[in-house]
Amino acid sequence: MEFITIVLSGVLIGAATYLILSKSVLRIIIGISVLSHGIHLMLLTMGQLKRGNVPILEDSVTNYTDPLPQAMILTAIVISFALTAFSLVLALRNYKVLGSDDTETMKGAQNEN
Amino acid sequence: MTFIHFAIILPLIAAFLIAIIHKYVKGIHLGWFVLPIPFIIVSYLFTLIPTIRNGDTLLLNLNFMPRIGMNYDVYIDGLGLLFAILISGIGTLVVLYSIGYLSQKEKLLNFYIYLLLFMTAMLGVVLLDNVLMLYLFWELTSISSFLLIAFWTTKERSTYGAQKSMLITMFGGFMMLGGFLLLSNLTGTFSIREMISASDQVTGIGAGTLAVVLVLLGAFTKSAQFPFYVWLPDAMEAPTPVSAYLHSATMVKAGLYLVARFTPVFMLSTTWVWTILIVGLITLCWASFNAFIKDDLKAVLAFSTVSQLGLIMSLLGISGLAVVRGANEQIFTVAVVAAVFHIINHATFKGALFMVTGIIDHQTGTRSIKKLGGLMTIMPITFTMALVTSLSMAGIPPFNGFLSKEMFLEAMFEISNANFSALASVGFLFPLLAIVGSIFTFLYSAKIVMQIFLGEETKETPKEPKEASALLLISPAILSLLVVVFGLFPNLLTKSIIDPAAMSIINAVEPLNTKISHWHGFNSPALWATIVIIVVGAALYYFRDTWIFIYKYIKDKFTINYLYDQGLHYITIYSNRFTRMLMTGFLRTYMVYIFGFLVILGFVTMLRTGLNLDFSNLAPIGIQDMILVGVILIALGIIMITKSRMVSIIMLGAVGFSMALFFVFFRAPDLALTQLAIETVTTTLFLVCFYHLPKQSKLPEKRKFKLTNFIVAVGVGAVSILIGLSAFSNRLFESISQYHIDHVYDLAAGKNMVNVILVDFRGYDTVFETLVFGIAGIGIYVLMRLTINNRKDDKNEERAEESRL
Repeated sequence: MEFITIVLSGVLIGAATYLILSKSVLRIIIGISVLSHGIHLMLLTMGQLKRGNVPILEDSVTNYTDPLPQAMILTAIVISFALTAFSLVLALRNYKVLGSDDTETMKGAQNEN
Repeated sequence: MTFIHFAIILPLIAAFLIAIIHKYVKGIHLGWFVLPIPFIIVSYLFTLIPTIRNGDTLLLNLNFMPRIGMNYDVYIDGLGLLFAILISGIGTLVVLYSIGYLSQKEKLLNFYIYLLLFMTAMLGVVLLDNVLMLYLFWELTSISSFLLIAFWTTKERSTYGAQKSMLITMFGGFMMLGGFLLLSNLTGTFSIREMISASDQVTGIGAGTLAVVLVLLGAFTKSAQFPFYVWLPDAMEAPTPVSAYLHSATMVKAGLYLVARFTPVFMLSTTWVWTILIVGLITLCWASFNAFIKDDLKAVLAFSTVSQLGLIMSLLGISGLAVVRGANEQIFTVAVVAAVFHIINHATFKGALFMVTGIIDHQTGTRSIKKLGGLMTIMPITFTMALVTSLSMAGIPPFNGFLSKEMFLEAMFEISNANFSALASVGFLFPLLAIVGSIFTFLYSAKIVMQIFLGEETKETPKEPKEASALLLISPAILSLLVVVFGLFPNLLTKSIIDPAAMSIINAVEPLNTKISHWHGFNSPALWATIVIIVVGAALYYFRDTWIFIYKYIKDKFTINYLYDQGLHYITIYSNRFTRMLMTGFLRTYMVYIFGFLVILGFVTMLRTGLNLDFSNLAPIGIQDMILVGVILIALGIIMITKSRMVSIIMLGAVGFSMALFFVFFRAPDLALTQLAIETVTTTLFLVCFYHLPKQSKLPEKRKFKLTNFIVAVGVGAVSILIGLSAFSNRLFESISQYHIDHVYDLAAGKNMVNVILVDFRGYDTVFETLVFGIAGIGIYVLMRLTINNRKDDKNEERAEESRL
């Protein structure tokens, strides 16, 4: 199972890279979202999958799933949401002002030295 | 912290006080407040002379950054004290002179702050024992010199000269730092004294020679030796007090100090000795040859300074031999003493000559020799001083320049006779070069006296010439007086300062007991050389019209200046091109760099360490897992190819919700809940923005563009898979998870481990995460509410300008 999730997260990360490198801002934002999914999956896999019980303390259970990656991923989910939301609004604003969502036309080359 | 530690930074502290005084005290020339500083320092330094008289030294430790071996250790021996006295002594006179020279209208505050900064820097260079500190202060002298040369910032020549001096001396300084690091690597210390005692380590052909070359690059650039001398003539754009102080008496001698200081370290290196000797002699000849033809009086003096520095440099080269051969051999000690003596003499006569030049410039409005003439009767005091100092420079008895020049010639004759290297067969060249250089020295000295003060009055000067005020005259007068006094009674100096300084150069223990005499008898070759110099020099001067045409053969294209200018020109062009090639301004280009670097780094690491995989311990695969993997892959594929924004948003949602399901399968209920909630909100947010988003989610892209992206993306994906697999297979450390599992209840009184880790074990992380979240929220709110004035185009551009800043 771990082998499959690692490969899957690699595929997600690769696809995210491709999306981030494209011109359209919307695709870049989608890419960031996909990237965070890939990384979450990778982190979770590092703590080994499907071993032991749900990490909630119970008297009869001695074997738990690794809680540490879960805690880290929980933080990461929230942060990545904040990032996605912020960049989405930023892109929206940008589109309204500049009338384009193409990163190449945003460069403003005439202002650079 | 003793007074001497304090004295080094005293000018720097004074610079702050001067700024305050400048604000509140008007009407009095700022120079009067600066004057006491160097005077206090020089007075204090004079009291140290008895201490070092017999070759004793003073070491005062003060830890500054002991962990990296960078200490503020003051080491006072004859050499350091000599330079420190020159710096503060000439500094006092220069400040006095500047009061008369610079009017109140100039930016005096800037001027004096730079000057005080320079004083601190220079004192630091000559008094500190630590090479790292030496380097620090060394670069500080370059910076203050840069600021002073560009003092009149509106003049193009000033800024050109300032940049040139900065580039060349900083290049040298940087090389020197490399040399220091090599040396400390070889000897295991940053202290110069300890390097000297470990100097037998610095013998290797490779590292030792490289260190020699690097340190010498520092010394040669600073002391304007061939071929790096080109910055010094252009540095003459600085105000004349600066030229007198930095560019003749002190800063350019820092290179000499460096060579003198490191002579005992490199005592076994023949590269050291011969490079210094030959470069010094070439500089002497070439610069004095060039000095004669210049029309600008300051340019003459600049080239003259270069040639005199070459002279001292060549003497120091011979001193290197003294260490190799033992200090008792007469000729070497002659060379060392001559070098030290000439450092003093040059500071006196050249300092005075620069001040005289400043007076002429100030009183007549020009420095062009063609436009000047017949000033003897109009400016008698200035003339007297110029005569005395020029004769001293030319090496005419009985002035001090004669004494050291004769010792120099003597040393050169001796070295041609001494038989100790492959160069012995061309040994006759050394005195020959020395005599040729001295003849040209005589020529330009004669030119200064004859063409400015004698002859007809030209009436071409912009101002009506008249004798200068006492304020301007007093500093050069003191220096001229010293020229005469040292000339007549040289032995005033020998015991007190020359001998201790010479002893520290050659690392001698026994007192030298030098006696400098005017007369060596008819057998002395130096005497005949002096006579030859005077006779040939006078003859060449008289018949100058017949041979002056040879200067025409020096074409502009063959000068080192031309090389420097062209080099700078092309470096600027290519560096601009290179920068533009790298920094395209497109976000995507930078992302490609970052991802590309990640891919290369990842693969290189994998290739170097090899891949060590272990799949013995895998979890079982369920059918539901495979379905989820399939869903994610399909959704991802649709995102990649679809053109519709709606479809891509929905498919992103599909990936997110599948992730939540994964979390359920992998026994992470908290994650699943969070992911569900967040994914819902995200999708909602996307849909809220839906109305405003561009119609198409995909823009037309070129095939090459796509291909590059594809290669990079595949690379990143592959590297992540490899990293993931190898990280999974190799556990280098025990997991810390067990600690959290064991103590979840007794330490935090909670049962849900993930929650406890978040709010208790890693509580601060969560607090700051909340903070990040809050900041993002505020940012979103502001962006939503922000009304941008879109009507005026120029205003928009202004905003863009601001945001880029």
